[in-house]
Amino acid sequence: MILVVVEYANGKVSKSTYEMVGCARQLGREGPVTALVLGSGVAAIASEVALVFDQVLVADHVDLAQYDAEVWAAAVAQIAREGEANTVLVGGSRSGREYSPRVAVKLDAPLLEDAISVVDANGTLTAERYTYLARVTEKVEADAPVVVATIKQGAFTAALPGNQVAEQFDVDLNLPQRRVQITGKATEKSSRIALTEADIVVSGGRGVGSAEGFATLVEGLADQLGAAVGATRAIVDDGWRPYQEQVGQTGKTVQPKAYIAIGISGAVQHLSGMSKSKCIVAINKDADAPIFKIADYGIVGDANRIVPAMIAELQK
Amino acid sequence: MRILTLVRQVLDAEESVRIRDGEVDLNGSKLIVDTMDEYGVEQALRVRESGVEAEVIALAVGPERNQDALRTVLAMGADRAIHVMTELALDPISLSQVVAQVAQKENVELIFCGGQQADWDSHALGAATAERLQWPQITWTNGLEVHGQTLMGKHDAEDGSETFSVELPTVITTQQGLNEPRYPTVPNIMKAKKKELRVETLEEFHVGPKLKFLSAEVQAKARLHKILDGKDAPAAAAELVRLLRNEARVIA
Ligand SMILES: Cc1cc2nc3c(=O)[nH]c(=O)nc-3n(C[C@H](O)[C@H](O)[C@H](O)COP(=O)(O)OP(=O)(O)OC[C@H]3O[C@@H](n4cnc5c(N)ncnc54)[C@H](O)[C@@H]3O)c2cc1C
Repeated sequence: MILVVVEYANGKVSKSTYEMVGCARQLGREGPVTALVLGSGVAAIASEVALVFDQVLVADHVDLAQYDAEVWAAAVAQIAREGEANTVLVGGSRSGREYSPRVAVKLDAPLLEDAISVVDANGTLTAERYTYLARVTEKVEADAPVVVATIKQGAFTAALPGNQVAEQFDVDLNLPQRRVQITGKATEKSSRIALTEADIVVSGGRGVGSAEGFATLVEGLADQLGAAVGATRAIVDDGWRPYQEQVGQTGKTVQPKAYIAIGISGAVQHLSGMSKSKCIVAINKDADAPIFKIADYGIVGDANRIVPAMIAELQK
Repeated sequence: MRILTLVRQVLDAEESVRIRDGEVDLNGSKLIVDTMDEYGVEQALRVRESGVEAEVIALAVGPERNQDALRTVLAMGADRAIHVMTELALDPISLSQVVAQVAQKENVELIFCGGQQADWDSHALGAATAERLQWPQITWTNGLEVHGQTLMGKHDAEDGSETFSVELPTVITTQQGLNEPRYPTVPNIMKAKKKELRVETLEEFHVGPKLKFLSAEVQAKARLHKILDGKDAPAAAAELVRLLRNEARVIA
């Protein structure tokens, strides 16, 4: 079987889950595309994914209420072994990329990380992935009875739920003791759509002038467009914005339909997090700013004048 | 306590990437210690300087030139270094086998590893090493204190920041915000030349690659480059909105 670990957040199945199903269906490997739902109180999630998978395995247990890398890796490896999975697909989220290497080691399997394409040719999986700050596309090959892969968000076409309802099975797991104690959590509550799931991202850099400038220009435009907001490391370091919003090498990678960069110079480390966006728009007062080199559309001008004019235009 | 800190030598981000015969060609390019690994070295030094009795060992696996990277971190203050020499490109899952063996032989209790590699963009090495050693791991760490056998700190999770507590031995993967790595001073660069740098060969570890690298390509997406002059702000803004609506069709 092809095992897909279901990703969800706040009671909703994440887009990445549907993208993994999309990936599994075009893989060219045999066996049912099987969902593994791990968590506590996940009946609704399981029913939701039953519309898109061939079968659904559910481990609904209080011990799974909180994510833990060792617990998740043990659960996934156990199910992969018992179900004789030939492929294990895990989301390219932060946690997915954290526990998947453990699964690979447990299964003595190769790991394809952050794949943007995966195909089977005579039993061997070939994958493409971005390397060197997303400047290079590398092709790698995994030749093994079972392969673990994490799937880059936004790289595969999401499978659409049909009207067939897959059968659900409860599974028993042998879970290890948790060794990492989480003693506190500070979640950035945002009314906005998640950065990595948004169709439009509006990002700001030092050129917005100040934290207040970010609020009026970047958040102002984002609200108008129903977009997520992003930031450069420079302004995260300056404390204007939280790290959760940082886009780039040491922040998040996004691939929206439109990425609007306001007062951002376009350093390679920033570009590595957004250069695969479908359409890139730049607003910068310096015509020579590197961001214009990868822009589809742009305006050379003062963000303080251009952005309010755009908001006004959109409100018309 | 012995601390192992992993060091990878990568292409300086300011350098352009050149491809030769389907591979990234690093010849003649400026190579540096991966910034993510520098955070780990710096943190190991801070643990030692906080009064914990600790020896800081740096480990690099790769071609001979990696010794430059090891000399750099010895100059930052690491006590000694181990270089496992190989021309083979090992994927992180197989590389973790080497790291785990060194950790066992050297009896280390704490391993620092960069959270994300600047060349292969991998997050896997720290976690895979932890699994081989049957240790816990903390990823994306941006705050760390050692209290006896307990590590406490802060790290980034999927949807925000968490504080944690975990017992040694542990693997810690680093990220921006953990610290500001120090620069090696000239006297320390001189001293580093006399520090131990032990060279081993990969054969001793009986490790082979799990992935085969087929090719590498620089693929730049063609962009439209429709850049407007913003002197007349309302006119430029109106035209941009029109283009985004009617031509690119990315906004409603
Ligand atoms: C290891 C490492 C990792 C890194 N990771 C990241 C990362 O993940 N993400 C990231 O973003 N950076 C990262 N960086 C930092 C990166 O190198 C740049 O320093 C940073 O992206 C610059 O941010 P900026 O564009 O906001 O600022 P600047 O480079 O200062 O650019 C500001 C821009 O605003 C323009 N401007 C000024 N005033 C106006 C105005 N009134 N109207 C319009 N435009 C104006 C200027 O022309 C300029 O182009 C990393 C660096 C290192 C070394």
